[in-house]
Amino acid sequence: MDLLLSSIDILSRWDVVLALLVGSVGGVLIGAIPGVGPAVAIAILLPATFSMDPIVGLTVLLGIYGSSMYGGAIPAILINTPGTAVNALTTYDGFPMTTRGEPRRALSLAYSSSFFGGVFSVICLILFAPILARVAPMFGSREIFLAALLGIVLVVVAHRGQSLIAGALAAFGIFLQSIGMEPVKYTQRYTFDQPFLQGGINLIVVVLGLFALSQAFVLLTSVDEKVRLTRLRGGLFQGMRELLRHPRVATVSASFGVLMGMIPGVGEFTAQFMSYTYAQRSSKRPQDFGRGSSEGLIAAETSNNAVPAAAMVPLLALGIPGEALTAMMLSVFYVHNVVPGPGLFQNDMDFVVALYLALLILNVLVLVFLLFATGTLIKVVKIPNRFLGVCVLTLSFVGVYSLRNSISDCVMAAAFGVLGYILKRLSMPVVPIILGMVLGGIMEVKLRAGMARVKGPLDLIDRPVAFILFCIIIVVIAAHLRRVWLERRDLKETEWQNKRRSTSFATRLSRRRNSLLKERGKMVRARRSNRFPQSTDLY
Amino acid sequence: MPTERERRFVGPRRGQLIFALAFVVISALLLAQIGSQTDWIAKTAFFAQPRFWPAVGLGGMVLLGGLHLYRLPWRRNSRYDWWEARKWFVVLEFALWFMAYVLLVPVVGYLPATLAFVPALSWRMGYRSRLILVSSIVFAVVVVVMFKGFLSVKIPGGAVYEYLPGGLRRFFILYL
Repeated sequence: MDLLLSSIDILSRWDVVLALLVGSVGGVLIGAIPGVGPAVAIAILLPATFSMDPIVGLTVLLGIYGSSMYGGAIPAILINTPGTAVNALTTYDGFPMTTRGEPRRALSLAYSSSFFGGVFSVICLILFAPILARVAPMFGSREIFLAALLGIVLVVVAHRGQSLIAGALAAFGIFLQSIGMEPVKYTQRYTFDQPFLQGGINLIVVVLGLFALSQAFVLLTSVDEKVRLTRLRGGLFQGMRELLRHPRVATVSASFGVLMGMIPGVGEFTAQFMSYTYAQRSSKRPQDFGRGSSEGLIAAETSNNAVPAAAMVPLLALGIPGEALTAMMLSVFYVHNVVPGPGLFQNDMDFVVALYLALLILNVLVLVFLLFATGTLIKVVKIPNRFLGVCVLTLSFVGVYSLRNSISDCVMAAAFGVLGYILKRLSMPVVPIILGMVLGGIMEVKLRAGMARVKGPLDLIDRPVAFILFCIIIVVIAAHLRRVWLERRDLKETEWQNKRRSTSFATRLSRRRNSLLKERGKMVRARRSNRFPQSTDLY
Repeated sequence: MPTERERRFVGPRRGQLIFALAFVVISALLLAQIGSQTDWIAKTAFFAQPRFWPAVGLGGMVLLGGLHLYRLPWRRNSRYDWWEARKWFVVLEFALWFMAYVLLVPVVGYLPATLAFVPALSWRMGYRSRLILVSSIVFAVVVVVMFKGFLSVKIPGGAVYEYLPGGLRRFFILYL
C-alpha cells in the first residue's frame, strides 16, 4: 500500500499530468495519421525530453507509444489503411464492417478492445512486479549478456524469410556502435582519423535517420491519395457491451500480448498472429474472419495494445530493450543517469509502479478522448502525403540539430535517412540495426565484465539463470534451423512437382546441332547464311 | 512467370541484387581494414580486445550478407533493378533540401529559415493552393514557438540576430 501511495505521489505533479495529457492526445493524433507512426514521433521528440525529469519525459514517450495504436485503428477501419504498422490486422475485419455500414460499431469495438488489452496488461504487470523484483537481482553481467544475445537472436529469427539479411543488419548495428574511441583501452576504432567519428555514432542520429528522415523521403516521393470518409452513425458505447460477449477471446488475446511483449524482439506482430489464429480456430463462425468478424477485431486490437506495458518489463528489469521504441526510451534513462536493470527494481520500485500507473491512467484518458473526439479526429487522415513529408522533414531537423548543434550529425542522419528509404523500398527490416546498436553496446560491456570473473568461456554459463538462457538460445537457433530446413525441403518438393520436362529444351538444341553437322544441314545453313545472315550468326 | 523460389522471396525483386552486392562489397572492404583501423593490445583477454566487437559486427555482415546474396533467386540485374537504383538517387534531392535548411539556420535564425523552408519545399512538391501555403506558414511558426519557445530545445540564434537592437535581439536568440 505504501508503494502504491508513493507511486501516486510521483504522478501527482502538474508536469506529469500535463505530460500524460499531451502524450495521450498526441499519440492518438500521430497514430491516426497514416505514414507517421509512434517511432517517427518518439525519435523527433526524444532530444526535447532530455531537459525534462525522467518521469515526465518517459510519460510523454510512453503516452505516444501506448495511445498511437488506438489512433491507428481509425484509418484502418475507415479507409483500409493502417495508421501504424501494427494496425494492419485491424483492416481485415474493421474495413469490411465499414463497407457494410457499421463504422461506428467497428470503431467502438476497436476502442473497447484496445482499452481492455491495455488495462489487462498493466494490471498483470503490477501484480507481477514483486516477482520481477525477486528475479531481477539474479541477473549479473553474464546473464544480462546472454539475455541481450537472446534478444538479438530472437529479432533475427522473428523476420521469417528474411533472417539472413536481418542478421546482417543486426551485425551492421553492432559494428556501428563499436565505431569511435573505445572506452577501456582508449584506442580508436574505424574513425579513419576523422574527428567527427571519434565520439562514435550517436544512437539518436541513427534512429532519426532510419525512422523519421526515411519516412519523410517515402512520403515526399509518394502520391497524394484522395480519401473518402464514411459518415459515422450510431453510438460509440456499444463496443464495450459487445466485448463483454467475448470474454474468452479478449482475455486470451491480452495474455498473448503480455507474454509476447515481455520477450525481447518478438512484440505485437507475433502476439496478433497468435491471438487471431486462436480466435479463428475457437470461433463458432470461423468463415466470418476477414469479412467483418467482431471476434477477429477484438483479437487484433486487444493483443496489440497489451504489448506496450509488457515491453517495458525487459527494459526496466534488465535494461534490455526488446524493440526499437523501448530502445529509444533507454536513451532517456541514460541521459538522466537512471540505470534500468535489477537495481531499479530493488531501489526505485515506486518509480516502476508509477510508470505502470501512468499507462493505466493513459488508457482511460485516451478512451474518454476518443469517445468524444472521433468525429473531429478522423479529418487528420485527409492531410496530403507529400505535405506530411514536408512536416516530418522539418520536425526531424529539431531532433537531430538540437542534440549537439552538429552539422556532421545532420549529414549522418541524412545518410541514414537514405539508407532507411532504400531498406523500406526493398521491404527490409530497419529494427535489427537499432537493436544491434543498443544490444551490441550492452553485450560489449557485460561480456567484458563477466569474463573478467571467470577462467574459461564455459564458466560463463555455470550459474542457473545463465545456463537456462544459454539453453533457450540453443533451442531457438535449433528450432529456426529446423524450420529453414523444412521450408527448403518443401520448396524442393514444390519445384519438383511443378517441373516441366527439363530435357525438352536441351534435346531440341542437341537435335539442331546434329542436324547442322549432317551434310544436308550444312547445305541448308550455307543457303540461309547467304539469304538471312542474321539467322545463322547466332550459331 | 516467376519460379517457386522467386514467388517465396519476401519483398520486391527490383533492387535486391544491387543492394546485396553493395552491402557485401562495402562490408568486405571494411573488414579488410580491420588491421589498420583497430588495435590488438598485448596481455589483454581475447574478449576484451578493442578489435573483438568490430570483428563480430563486420564478420556477421560479410557472412550473413554473403549468404543472403548467395540465396537470392536472381543472378543478373534487370532493367527494373537499375530503375530502382535511380529512384534511390532521386531522394538525394530531399537530403540536399534538408542539408540546405541545416546550413541556413545558424545564419538567418530558426524562425526565418523555417518560414522560408516549409513553404518553399511545399511549393517544390507541387502545392499551389492558398490553403496549403498558409498551412505551411502556420506550421512553421507553430513548430518554432513550440520547440524553441516552449520546450527550449538547444537551437542557437542566427548570426543575423546580432544586428537587431538590444531587447529584441535577446528575445529572438532565446525564443525564435
